[in-house]
Amino acid sequence: MSSTEAPIKPASRTINVGYLARVEGEGGLHVKIKGGQVTDVRLEIFEPPRFFEALLRGRSFTEAPDITARICGICPVAYQMSSIHAMENAYGVAVGGQLRALRRLLYCGEWMESHALHVYMLHAPDFLGYPDAIKMAADYPDIVGQGLRLKKIGNEIMTRVGGREIHPINVKVGGFYRAPDVSELMKLEEDLVWARQASLNTVRWAATLDFPKLERDYEFVALRHESEYAINEGRLVSNKGFDIPISEYEQHFHEIHVPHSNALQSTMHGHSYFVGPMARYNINYDKLPEMVREAAREAGLGPTCNNPFKSIIIRSLELLYASDEALRIIRAYKVPEQSAIEVGMGGGSGNYEVPIDTNETVRDGTEYALRTAGDIARTGFGCTEAPRGILYHRYDLDDEGLIADAKIVPPTSQNQMAMEEDLRAFVTERIDMPTEQLTWQCEQAVRNYDPCISCATHFLRFDVTRDGE
Amino acid sequence: MFHVSRLTFHFLKGIDMDKQKQRKPKLAVWKFSSCDGCQLSLLDCEDELLTVAGAVEIAYFPEATRTVIKGPYDLSLVEGSITTPHDLERIKQVREQSKFLMTIGACATAGGIQALRNFKDVRDFISVVYATPGYISTLEKSTPVSEHVQVDYELHGCPINKRQLLEVISALLNGRKPNTPSHSVCVECKQRGIPCVMVSKGVPCLGPVTHAGCAALCPSYNRGCFGCYGPKETANTVSLADWWTLSLAVPESGVMRAFRGINAYAPSFMEWDRSKESEKSEQH
Repeated sequence: MSSTEAPIKPASRTINVGYLARVEGEGGLHVKIKGGQVTDVRLEIFEPPRFFEALLRGRSFTEAPDITARICGICPVAYQMSSIHAMENAYGVAVGGQLRALRRLLYCGEWMESHALHVYMLHAPDFLGYPDAIKMAADYPDIVGQGLRLKKIGNEIMTRVGGREIHPINVKVGGFYRAPDVSELMKLEEDLVWARQASLNTVRWAATLDFPKLERDYEFVALRHESEYAINEGRLVSNKGFDIPISEYEQHFHEIHVPHSNALQSTMHGHSYFVGPMARYNINYDKLPEMVREAAREAGLGPTCNNPFKSIIIRSLELLYASDEALRIIRAYKVPEQSAIEVGMGGGSGNYEVPIDTNETVRDGTEYALRTAGDIARTGFGCTEAPRGILYHRYDLDDEGLIADAKIVPPTSQNQMAMEEDLRAFVTERIDMPTEQLTWQCEQAVRNYDPCISCATHFLRFDVTRDGE
Repeated sequence: MFHVSRLTFHFLKGIDMDKQKQRKPKLAVWKFSSCDGCQLSLLDCEDELLTVAGAVEIAYFPEATRTVIKGPYDLSLVEGSITTPHDLERIKQVREQSKFLMTIGACATAGGIQALRNFKDVRDFISVVYATPGYISTLEKSTPVSEHVQVDYELHGCPINKRQLLEVISALLNGRKPNTPSHSVCVECKQRGIPCVMVSKGVPCLGPVTHAGCAALCPSYNRGCFGCYGPKETANTVSLADWWTLSLAVPESGVMRAFRGINAYAPSFMEWDRSKESEKSEQH
């Protein structure tokens, strides 16, 4: 870290964080102040690119869940879910009943694991003035202990449904390789009853923190489902009247190259938007159970919230929602008759068969909708609510079920412009704050978004650095 | 190519060489090209994290803390593969500052899923993802850490098994040899009493050539192993490929995709490709 030293004329200085801590992936932060004005704001990304869209080409549609999971170790389930929904969409198959419920349960596990990690280990130390949760644990052992146990229970759900917590192995297009027994899931019941109470305590505790002031007029975008707090399915909706099916995503969201940054930023009709827990809360407040809404009211939140520093309360509310929803699902769980429905496979098993294209009716009665324009036999769209917000996948498949083209837009790419705008607004109001404090609060303002730079990178652009230059 | 030392010496000596000085060993966690999942494994040790943090000094671990303590470091955990000119220099600096360097996971150990670029022209890959390819600074290949510096220990897996991570750290701190078996996934199936998925269900499985460590996870879910722990030592991949094609009627394209997965750049997973190429050149 090379922050300029404290006794400097506040009218002109640079806030520079070479390597942002407590975020996933490698990024830096750069704010320039000249003549009492913010002149430059950059979220710098130096995470190396991994070219996932390219390496997916030529792979079987059945391989996408395992390959795309490797984009992110923090939210692999999100990648698996968006990809399987896209593939099922391509083949015109819908997965319902207990298989759908199991997917939702798995996703609740990931939300719990990811939110507990962020609330307690990545975000809370900022509010309480510690460099990390381990140092914080010396003074707040019970709080950190509670966070670790909540995180562990989220991981435990992923392990029981998905086989393991990082890069689960049990998810496949059409369902699961093996559906868990009732008894395997019911072992989670006692833990989840505890987790629900601990999450409520988390909401109450988070509400007591001091929140720097920052309120902007955001356009929030999230999935919205008619009957539930959307996770896997829904339409893309904003708080400003925007409402489209996910298949129209690419008509409305585009990437632009901003002159002050070397990173591509995703925009909605040319302006910034905001995805993630804050967006979900603002858009789907009415779909939260009364118990969660009551906890929100108790924490001083109405049906809308525009201060991203308060996202720690909203993540805590989603922890509460996810533990309650997970409990509901396991209590209603019955082992499905088959662990997966067949999707576009010509018999055989395992990942390594070349799928045979047939025009037969698949088991749930849905007809294949075959399109034979050029090399692309079919296209599928998937968009689900990753812990950090909407994760969009689109795949074009050839008639053998091999991927001809893939597009993946992770949440952090979509929030990047809003993050920079936040920093600009935030620093403008605090031009005279001592550099050290301002640097820390700028980091905190970025961490409000729980950015996952590892995810965003295959999408982001870099400085040219060539040998000899 | 540097050899991985796996020196029993390090373990017997232990890394806590300054006990008299009451100094805790300094731990650093480094990230290169990766998904963050393997370093997350350390944070996923919810029950043991505070104990580990009590036994070592966490000197560098940006995913977890703002604190940065200068090297040298007693133990460096390295996640991720080497893919940029900058990282090529950085890994050398990490090596210089580290007494004991351990790679964690498939990226650091074999180049990771991103090593699939090694089989194509990386310029084609760049143009698929980025509109202006000139902006991208990248090496042609994604390579394991051991191709550039001496590595003292390699922990396999995508992701690594957090129990194994704790086992190796604990062995180092206590000056003993870690108990991390190097046999195949097949042995783990036998230990757990899981019927062979290839024999009993005809499911193609990479278990016979894959390094142990997952406790035969995929076969326990009725699924063939897809090799995320990478090849075991002396893996006979060509023979397994023959079995897939001849007994299980897997097309050659399926065999190729199986080996070209998470550990595609591991030498013995590339062997089948090479044997196919030499077959072709013999025919000509």
